[in-house]
Amino acid sequence: MKKVYSRIEAIAGNVITVSAGDVQYGELATVSSAHGSSLAEVIRLYENKVSLQVFAGSRGISTGDKVRFLGHPMQVSFSDDLLGRIFDGGGKPRDKGPELGENMIEIGGPAVNPAMRIIPRNMIRTGIPMIDLFNSLVESQKLPIFSVSGEPYNQLLARIAMQAEVDLIILGGMGLKYDDYLFFKETLEQGGALSRAVFFVHTASDPIVECLLVPDISLAVAEGFALKGKKVLVLLTDMTNFADALKEIAITMEQVPSNRGYPGDLYSQLAARYEKAVDFSGAGSITILGVTTMPGDDVTHPVPDNTGYITEGQYYLKNGRIEPFGSLSRLKQLVNKDTRPDHRALMDSMITLYAAYKESLEKKSMGFKMTDWDQKLLKYGVIFEQRMMDLSVNIPLESALDNGWQILASCFSPEETRLRSELIKKFWPSPGGGAD
Amino acid sequence: MTEGKVVGVNGNMVTVEVEGDVSMNEVAYVASGGKKLKAEVIRIRGRRAEMQVFEMSRGIGIGDKVEFTANLLSVRLGPGLLAQIYDGLQNPLPELAARCGFFLERGIYLSPLDEEKEWPFTPVAKAGDALMAADTLGTVPEGIFSHRIMVPFYMKGSLKVVKIAPAGAYRISDTIAELEDENSKRFPVTMCFSWPVKRPITCYSERLRPGEPMVTKIRIIDTFIPIARGGTYCIPGPFGAGKTVLQQVTSRNAEIDIVIIAACGERAGEVVETLKEFPKLIDPRTGRTLMERTIIICNTSSMPVAAREASVYTAVTLAEYYRQMGLHVLLLADSTSRWAQALREMSGRLEEIPGEEAFPAYLESVIASFYERAGLVRLRDNSSGSVTIGGTVSPAGGNFDEPVTKSTLKVVGAFHGLSRERSDARKYPAIHPLESWSKYPGLIDESGTEYARDILFRGNEVNQMMKVVGEEGTSLEDYELFLKGDFIDSVYLQQDSYDPVDASVSTERQRHVFRLLFSVLVARFDFGSKESARGFFNQLRQKFIDYNGSAWQSAEFNDLESGIKAFLATQQVGVEAGGNKIREALESGK
Repeated sequence: MKKVYSRIEAIAGNVITVSAGDVQYGELATVSSAHGSSLAEVIRLYENKVSLQVFAGSRGISTGDKVRFLGHPMQVSFSDDLLGRIFDGGGKPRDKGPELGENMIEIGGPAVNPAMRIIPRNMIRTGIPMIDLFNSLVESQKLPIFSVSGEPYNQLLARIAMQAEVDLIILGGMGLKYDDYLFFKETLEQGGALSRAVFFVHTASDPIVECLLVPDISLAVAEGFALKGKKVLVLLTDMTNFADALKEIAITMEQVPSNRGYPGDLYSQLAARYEKAVDFSGAGSITILGVTTMPGDDVTHPVPDNTGYITEGQYYLKNGRIEPFGSLSRLKQLVNKDTRPDHRALMDSMITLYAAYKESLEKKSMGFKMTDWDQKLLKYGVIFEQRMMDLSVNIPLESALDNGWQILASCFSPEETRLRSELIKKFWPSPGGGAD
Repeated sequence: MTEGKVVGVNGNMVTVEVEGDVSMNEVAYVASGGKKLKAEVIRIRGRRAEMQVFEMSRGIGIGDKVEFTANLLSVRLGPGLLAQIYDGLQNPLPELAARCGFFLERGIYLSPLDEEKEWPFTPVAKAGDALMAADTLGTVPEGIFSHRIMVPFYMKGSLKVVKIAPAGAYRISDTIAELEDENSKRFPVTMCFSWPVKRPITCYSERLRPGEPMVTKIRIIDTFIPIARGGTYCIPGPFGAGKTVLQQVTSRNAEIDIVIIAACGERAGEVVETLKEFPKLIDPRTGRTLMERTIIICNTSSMPVAAREASVYTAVTLAEYYRQMGLHVLLLADSTSRWAQALREMSGRLEEIPGEEAFPAYLESVIASFYERAGLVRLRDNSSGSVTIGGTVSPAGGNFDEPVTKSTLKVVGAFHGLSRERSDARKYPAIHPLESWSKYPGLIDESGTEYARDILFRGNEVNQMMKVVGEEGTSLEDYELFLKGDFIDSVYLQQDSYDPVDASVSTERQRHVFRLLFSVLVARFDFGSKESARGFFNQLRQKFIDYNGSAWQSAEFNDLESGIKAFLATQQVGVEAGGNKIREALESGK
């Protein structure tokens, strides 16, 4: 039986310190105060001083409150009973269902052996041309949506979740507005997907430490299901809140900040979560779609910047559209070679031309005379934005490719597209309309 | 044996109260929960040693026992390293997977080399020979290479061969020779030995200046910003600009004996591609799979940070070992920024006074001494070997004005800066042709590349100017210059790394194609208008792109080439001044 300590020596931020023996790094404890009890995790040991991070926050904790060590690290119950349930960041039910205590598994477990990974090979179709055609989403990919606050990123996330062909959806909400939490719940309910979903939601008004637990707890559960052969899609929104929570704790612990107050290990912390995305050979997979809001639309801000280096690309959401520049799916080359022979070349050509359109647009706005070439580009850009970029477009990849050729043919002559002659011969729509 | 016990834990740093002597960077094992976790001493203060644990530190408690080994962090060197996949501490990952399944379990350290395999040994040295450290005792075949079994590098002075094993099959730990030093002390020697990773191997007669190009088969690199065997280069770039693809392509196509890939703190998925594809890809030069010339050191971003710091040293030590056999080794480190961040994390835990962006003050000297381990050397038997180091840098925010990029640029011989602007426009490889530089000689006569670079530079200036004054304010002459610059970019600098032909362009082909490109650059035209100039270059570009995609010296290739020449002749009215002289240099020289 573990001992109970009833003398808290220091309280700073959400971190309390007690003198205790026989405690292990990462161990869990309960702190009982007049306002209820909360879990806490050991985050530093020095001689007999034990520092703990209190999940529910330190507000109201008295120096005389009791701390009881549990002898194990943070765990979550894992079974099929999780399906359709909603929990908070600490794993407590948020819905009216019963608390689960069976088959407890550790969260934040070890990394997957790289030698056991397999090359991702399945495309996840979403019906959004900017994703399917230009930046295909691949099973086991980790991909954030970079977005300015105010953009419909949660709507986009929910739409991808509903349309993607996966077995299970796990939503990890961090600092989520209550409305957004209800939005996810209702959308999945209406789509009939709630029964194959698990929610771990930390709302903006919950204690900050619980925010830190959300990715780990979500991914531990995802890992459990993936090992049982399920294709799991994990939605994490919003990872910037997670990073801010890390920052808060680091500053409380008097760590030297590296960049804009964020701790030096921000990269490793984010990587430890995103790298849980995996395709197990002989079992299921975990695909992670996250949201990273960019303070001030600044992609060089430490959170999006570090995220970009970790994830396999990003979708850049701006003005309600997925921007072709800045958006990237690193794994698309693994799947877009098997869709249609024109997929890659068409993708590159259309983007190059769209870039040229942007240049012409700039020239136009500065009042320069538009050449014939500029006129062609201006026409192209407008059609491209309407028929490809608009988020309301919902068509399969093949139709999107056909549309692409038609858009090119309606604006350019074949050699202006920089496409190889053999492709042009095969796919260029004949003047009568439609490819021959 | 020195022992100690844990008195503090903070992240992956433990503080240990020590009984007895400890040395800096000594390896120790922390016994926790029935497992022994590897750790390294990084600071000593009185009787307390601070150690970085190479594993997750969860579960370590106050009072846990620590055993010191008296050894520095070392790798084992011997036959069987090639084709292996190691973590940063030289733990073989496939064997680990066979034992532990999907996840990396803590505290399991396996032998990096196959202890049971028998190697056919052929002695070279004879009894009575006087040898020195790194001299050859004999050889074993390892894949396509003759692996030299050498006198262990740590032995000192002149050593007499007392006994040497006859030709036959031996395991790596069998004694194959007995040596006697100047004090008549005898040492048994096996086929493998350990070497501390943070100490450079210096058993050669002299270091030479790198001069011979290391061909990557990437046009923009080999022609304009070449790398030399034994040289160093860095690839800084924002995320998504194609650093890793560039390194992957290099690891496949580079004309070099051995490639060591240090995947340091980057995505696991990228390593997996290499892991799974290399055993299937055939190296055209040797007819064997690429894996047989590759070693992968894989310490990806979610693996423990302290081992990430060690991984680049592990990699460079293995590179130096093969260099001692007269081989040319290329070390690709992706990414050195993650390694620098590992240093920063530890420095933060040690509560050292931080330098710029909280990186430790010694960052610059650590980076410099790492790149200085590259080099072309002449060995004592007069053969030469080299270690070439190419490191990617991931600057925060893509801004090259940050500590890691700045420190790296000071010490490397070539700089391949990737630009967001080019990668956004899908111009791959996204190396910026004007900002990048190299101090090494290239494949093609410099007068030709300088001429092309000058056109690129001036074409870019015209382009910038056109953004201000518009196309109508630009003279036809300037506009032609702009078109020529754009032409170099589209048909020569850009290269499709996913196209089977265009992905790797041989030295011969680069020289040939450059001559054709050059004939376009020096041609004088007499276009009536900008429209006709643009139309001409659009068509020429189209022909050239098709030409780049055709197999070298095939009928299609020759047809397309004559097509380009004929098309050029329709508009060409002369040659720019000085053009013929450079052309002669291109034809005759290289």
